[in-house]
Amino acid sequence: MSKFQVNKTYAEINARIRAGEAVVVNAEEMIDIVRRDGPVEAARKVDVVTTGTFSTMCSSGAFLNFGQTTPTIKAARVWINKVPAYAGLAAIDIYLGVTEPAEDDPLNKIYPGEFRYGGGHIIEDLVAGRKVFLEAKAYPTDCYANRKCKKELALADMGHALLCNPRNGYQNYNCAVNMTDRTVYTYMGTLKPHCRNANYCSAGELSPLLNDPYYRTIGLGTRIFLGGGVGYVTWQGSQHNPHAPRSPNGTPRRPAGTIMVQGDLKQMSAHWLRGVSLQGYGCSLAVGLGVPIPILDEEMAYFTGVSDAEIFTQVVDYGHDYTNRVDRNYGEVSYAALRSGEIEVAGKKVPTAPLSSRVKALEIAEILKQWILDRKFELGEPVAQLPTVDYSVDINK
Amino acid sequence: MYTRIYFLRFPKETSDQPIIYQLVRRYDIEFNILKADILPQREGIMILELKGLRENVKEALAYLKDLGVNVERLAGKIRRDEDRCFQCGACTGVCPVGALFIRRPDMAVLFDPEKCTGCGLCVPVCPIRAMEVCFDEIVEEALI
Ligand code: SF4
Ligand code: SF4
Repeated sequence: MSKFQVNKTYAEINARIRAGEAVVVNAEEMIDIVRRDGPVEAARKVDVVTTGTFSTMCSSGAFLNFGQTTPTIKAARVWINKVPAYAGLAAIDIYLGVTEPAEDDPLNKIYPGEFRYGGGHIIEDLVAGRKVFLEAKAYPTDCYANRKCKKELALADMGHALLCNPRNGYQNYNCAVNMTDRTVYTYMGTLKPHCRNANYCSAGELSPLLNDPYYRTIGLGTRIFLGGGVGYVTWQGSQHNPHAPRSPNGTPRRPAGTIMVQGDLKQMSAHWLRGVSLQGYGCSLAVGLGVPIPILDEEMAYFTGVSDAEIFTQVVDYGHDYTNRVDRNYGEVSYAALRSGEIEVAGKKVPTAPLSSRVKALEIAEILKQWILDRKFELGEPVAQLPTVDYSVDINK
Repeated sequence: MYTRIYFLRFPKETSDQPIIYQLVRRYDIEFNILKADILPQREGIMILELKGLRENVKEALAYLKDLGVNVERLAGKIRRDEDRCFQCGACTGVCPVGALFIRRPDMAVLFDPEKCTGCGLCVPVCPIRAMEVCFDEIVEEALI
């Protein structure tokens, strides 16, 4: 016997999608529906809630197979547009990480460094259809005689190109401030001294994992929007931590769950994969990610009805505490407060700025909605769950 | 009150004349020098905010032009590449005058070139370099 009043299966929802009868809304629209009709009615009405997020995700990269040469080569060291890629794989397979800077980058020698070009920019160049210059060095063997190769190539020339991101879609993230007396340049942006600004980086109520706080539906095999194409959740992300402290509604109040995702790079677009340069920190890639959440029952309706006022995060000092691993925070704030443009930290009003694009997050949720309505996209039922915790949530509160 | 920001380029013959003083004295204009790079007997540049009655600002600009000073509204000099900007909002944390700001509740990041002082702080902060500030390239523009 199910403990729920509404019970739907993936197969039933997919049948409704195929029949063009599925009701799909984005996570922002779902807030009003659940508020107005309650979770049970909302679950009866809505089949899928789409989420989205678009921001810098450093733990990203691509496996590329760059095509054989004559004679054949077993590449040992590889550079693309002077950015080193990892070549310790079979002959012409490489992994290009997005935070890898060009080899001649001055880094932080001229502080704060600009980090103009790196792995993330190459991925953007490739999906934009631009050619890149590849250089490989090798030691010769009887089966792979070539010692070096140089070639220009485009994404279309590669046998295989897989975006493979070991950690994306962080479920919640810190709000960063700087309590020291000098400006710091971090992956959370430029932070002025004496806590004069605060940066935050989450899509909040639109963010995938905040809409499925205990990973009931997001698991191995979940089909997703990735970089403008279709991808999959393939594992929990590195640092996935379901044990973070949570609010009564289930959402974590600290960085918690993460997902590993992959997808065919050839399907993706430069609109949703952007090379970024973070001053004083390094290069990276902004990734567009969207996850559809099946409303299997009223509990999933309740979870997806969460709003920014009910999601909290901690304020962390990135001037000293973060780098020295001091476990301390300067209080908690809601995403509604963060979005208002001003929060209070230690009794002082501090202006906030987002680093994650709300506009693009919503655009992704809308695209995913349209794909489903157009019957181009069906839900993938997870074959295994992500690690989670026991919980009990009162959905009538 | 009429407030505008201008990019001025002084030919070297004018660089030792008390032009700014004249603007105040003759046209009752308040000014704010946002950036200046002027060396005696060399061509100089200045980014100047002028505040005053609309008529007075117009006359002051005509006076500058008569002296051979090349004047251009700064609005044209700071550009945001609208295609590249992905509306993250990082720049709004550093823009000192609110020329880059967030519209609520949809969180769209807007750029108001009229308010921009050309300080350039947003340029390195933008992760995709969508803000372009260029002081060098002058396009002769109908002044008033
Ligand atoms: S240059 Fe950038 S930071 Fe400076 S005022 Fe203009 S928009 Fe704002
Ligand atoms: S930082 Fe750059 S990309 Fe982000 S909103 Fe500002 S101009 Fe646009």
